[in-house]
Amino acid sequence: MPTVTLNKDVFEKLVGKRLPLERLKDRISMLGTDLERIGGNEIVVEVFPNRPDMLSEQGFARAFAAFIGAKEGLKQYLVEKPKKDYRVTVTKEVARIRPYTACAIVVGLSFDDERIKEVIQIQEKLHVTFGRNRKKAAIGIYPLEGIALPITYTAKAPDSFRFRPLEYPSELSGRQILSKHPKGRDYARLLEGAERYPLFIDARGSILSMPPIINSHLTGKISERTREVFIECSGHDLPTLQQCLNMIVCALADMGGEIHAMRVAYPDRTVVTPDLAPRAMALDCGYINRRLGLSLSEKEMVALLARMGHGHEKGRVLIPAYRADILHQVDLAEDVAIAYGYENFEPEIPNVSTIGAEDPSAVFRRKVGEILVGLGLMETSTYNITDKASQTARMRADIPLVPLKNALTADYDTLRAWVLPSVLGVLESNRQYEYPQNLFCIGEVFSSAPAGSKAETGVREQTRVAVALCGRDADYTAVRQVFQALFDALATGYTIRPAEHPSFIEGRVGRVSVGDGKGQRDVAYIGELHPEAITNFGLEMPVAGFELNLSELFSVISGAEDPEN
Amino acid sequence: MADTSDDLVRLLANLHPLERAVLPHLRKETTLDGLVRASSLKEVEVMRALQWLANRRAVSLAADISETVSLDSEGRRVAKEGLPERKLLLLLAKKPIPMEDLVRREELAKDERDIALGILKGKAAATIEKGEISLTDQGRRLVDKDSLEEQFLKSLAKGERKIAELSPEERYSLDALRKRKRLVRVVIRKRRVVSLTPLGRQLSLLSVEKRGSPPPPAERLTPQMLASGVWKRKVFRQFDVAINVPKRYPARRHFVNLAIDYAKRVWLDMGFEEMTGPIVQTSFWNFDALFTAQDHPVREMQDTFFVGEPEFGTLPEKEVVDAVRRSHETGTEGSAGWQYAWDPKEAKRNVLRTHTTVLSALTLAKGTVKVPGKYFALGRNYRNETMDWSHLFEFNQTEGIVIDPDANFRHLLGYLKQFFMKMGFPDARFRPGYFSYTEPSVEIDVLHPAKKIWIELGGAGIFRPEVVEPLLGKDIPVLAWGPGFDRTIMEYYGIQDIRDLYLNDLKQLREMRYWMR
Repeated sequence: MPTVTLNKDVFEKLVGKRLPLERLKDRISMLGTDLERIGGNEIVVEVFPNRPDMLSEQGFARAFAAFIGAKEGLKQYLVEKPKKDYRVTVTKEVARIRPYTACAIVVGLSFDDERIKEVIQIQEKLHVTFGRNRKKAAIGIYPLEGIALPITYTAKAPDSFRFRPLEYPSELSGRQILSKHPKGRDYARLLEGAERYPLFIDARGSILSMPPIINSHLTGKISERTREVFIECSGHDLPTLQQCLNMIVCALADMGGEIHAMRVAYPDRTVVTPDLAPRAMALDCGYINRRLGLSLSEKEMVALLARMGHGHEKGRVLIPAYRADILHQVDLAEDVAIAYGYENFEPEIPNVSTIGAEDPSAVFRRKVGEILVGLGLMETSTYNITDKASQTARMRADIPLVPLKNALTADYDTLRAWVLPSVLGVLESNRQYEYPQNLFCIGEVFSSAPAGSKAETGVREQTRVAVALCGRDADYTAVRQVFQALFDALATGYTIRPAEHPSFIEGRVGRVSVGDGKGQRDVAYIGELHPEAITNFGLEMPVAGFELNLSELFSVISGAEDPEN
Repeated sequence: MADTSDDLVRLLANLHPLERAVLPHLRKETTLDGLVRASSLKEVEVMRALQWLANRRAVSLAADISETVSLDSEGRRVAKEGLPERKLLLLLAKKPIPMEDLVRREELAKDERDIALGILKGKAAATIEKGEISLTDQGRRLVDKDSLEEQFLKSLAKGERKIAELSPEERYSLDALRKRKRLVRVVIRKRRVVSLTPLGRQLSLLSVEKRGSPPPPAERLTPQMLASGVWKRKVFRQFDVAINVPKRYPARRHFVNLAIDYAKRVWLDMGFEEMTGPIVQTSFWNFDALFTAQDHPVREMQDTFFVGEPEFGTLPEKEVVDAVRRSHETGTEGSAGWQYAWDPKEAKRNVLRTHTTVLSALTLAKGTVKVPGKYFALGRNYRNETMDWSHLFEFNQTEGIVIDPDANFRHLLGYLKQFFMKMGFPDARFRPGYFSYTEPSVEIDVLHPAKKIWIELGGAGIFRPEVVEPLLGKDIPVLAWGPGFDRTIMEYYGIQDIRDLYLNDLKQLREMRYWMR
């Protein structure tokens, strides 16, 4: 979750009110943010990703001041009309790479170290969250004094231009920036395969930046002398960029800046940005009351919405231009709920009659567990994710597995195809205890779905139980007794035929089937584990066991189709 | 304490056969070994008898701790063959040897040469001059005489020695030999020493005198006694009913499953129907159907497990797919959606489910879903992260949905409060939260009853219309929650490290507190 760091003095000045610490903590968390820590003059707050507008000191303070009632209602931001040269011309060359930009100029600012840090924080937080690591939106902020207006947003071949990127000692070509500059390497994938790289160029022909990668060192760095800035957001979707720009200029206006619009001239049309007019949405009091279980009057609701920074006019809510998260009436409902206070809702259990029902296959699974415990076996619980060797080589078996694509470690990089190796793993980790150790585990197994399967994923998932008896007397008879007792309890017959399985001793392994005729299904292997498999797991005691497919068995017993097949 | 001789006789009559067997020997033997030999019982049997007798204050037990020294593996060999320095001494006694020749002599193993030479030089018994080793006068005097170390080794060859009983010369030899590898071994021995108390002495005398007179009381009630009626004439030995017995461990269900079974019953009691379903899901159900935009960070590699093969699945029927696509691209009734081009290929990507909420989405899309209806699921989910004490890649969630045209936010809080009350957390607190598929959204904290701290358990909310409408065909309120369940389990069992949930350590499984709700 993104965090924003607030300077306590700046924050309190912006809010216009000082709260005792406990109250401050409580209000921060009831606003739908999470206080991470307060230390010294620093407050660190987690902001949910739906509220990028709160990822600046100014934005957070604005929302907070409204919420605690210090500065309620819609905050108006004035936008001056574009002056003559306040223009950005977008050429057709960028259309295929990074087609849109939304721009603005803010004047009358003053910067000190703290301010510069604040601006950098806004830019970085928005890049990571709302901008999806610059893919969706990349932001450039430049001191206006070094720029000759108007500006051109165009694209050029990677080797056809050179400039000195920010914090780099020398000039580089566009292509070199992607391989040599740290930011270039970080974001190179965003321009991968592009024939031309996007550029902002001023009226003198100086390169201002190469979005979404880096500004020019000469014109792209805010200093304490900066009074006026040029801001651009570039990306693939104009409304997204406009929202992004709105969040930045509102924060800069809260720092005392004066917002000037710019004309962004595309080959086919001209757009004036930013547009800070609030968005109007009809207020459906009935819907909101029904959803929240409240009975607020329209007046009360409007008052609550004011606590969330919204305005109101003729039955319509005026949503501030920096709010990007109000998609639907439900979003207004949540704002009403937050302003009302989650702590003030009276929990209630409605009188709705429904009949509870456990899933029949889950009941079956539970019963099998109970029967096995009755037979003196200890239940274990193991991971469905495991390693390849345990499933195959250590068991002397060659079984196809369903691998994971992006596992962090080879110890857990595949889904298991059978459970018995997991139980042997448990035995392996319990060698220090006395024997016999008689265990079972019920778990999921994964394999490629057979042709004609209904599984949308192409993966077949079934439940199996594995039993392992380990000790001097663990032999075929002993495990067969457990098996027989289980099937007696389930009142189900079965047949066993001799089988071959590399994990078991030859001649001491059986294949079990249930049902008859066309409905006959193989459901289990049972036998004495092969000495090599036993020693592969570091054991020095015989192991006899079985692996039983509970999904198949249940479908035969209940007559129901396995939904996975 | 038995005061009268009647008491003594009764006490004697109630001795266990093992106690009875050991008692007569206690006047002569005072060690465990001696008693084992004299009584012909097993050591463990003698120990048990002594323990019981000690409980009756008939004997007192003490441990005699002694350090002994004996020959180690190498020591046994050199006791026969002689120490390396002795071998070299004997060689040099014949004639001086050039250094380079020493290497070729077979009498001394490679690692012995340096030791032997070093020791002889240390004792001023040999010198090296012009590359030749020869004995000094001092050395020649040593040829016919065993060194102190050798004398000590020879004495050890006859048997172990108590260190406390060694002479100063032998102590010196021991210290020297201990510095060398595997020559001697020092063992700390604990010997049990038994002595009779006055009561024990009386008992032991009685046990000898009374031998043969009245028959000892019966030990076990046998089927034969019952069949023949002999039991009527028998006196049964009285037991020490307060005595400790060897532990037994029941087989049991895994403690996590016991907790899950209980939580399931709570939902069942509240009228909820269980949802089950696969762990491997397409992104369509896990993300898209829950209105999670395709560029949402949760769908990136670092959070979610993707399946390697088959990497992609298929999408469900066109109607649902189109409805979900619309909700993302342009929104449902009254909503703007996420405003981007939805990619069906991205939706086909197979993942390990990241939340049981996927089962709620599947349930809503089923034609058989009941309205009003209440559903729950309790199952494992996956997140791709490194394991540590508070993170596990497999985690349990308790999921629920209530589909009800009249459902509202207060009902959501009501169901959750009730559930956590039944789980042992009477105080629940709700804070605003954020999930892409619910609005309003809630974070649930419960107050730990003993520690009095708030525990964050996870989220809930009312499904967004953009989720419900495409799946259910109409927008009616669906309350939904999916708090994590592992923390609740850990608090109950007092587990600090989340990995201990699936440690499968037999001692832990046997001794874990039982789920008593």
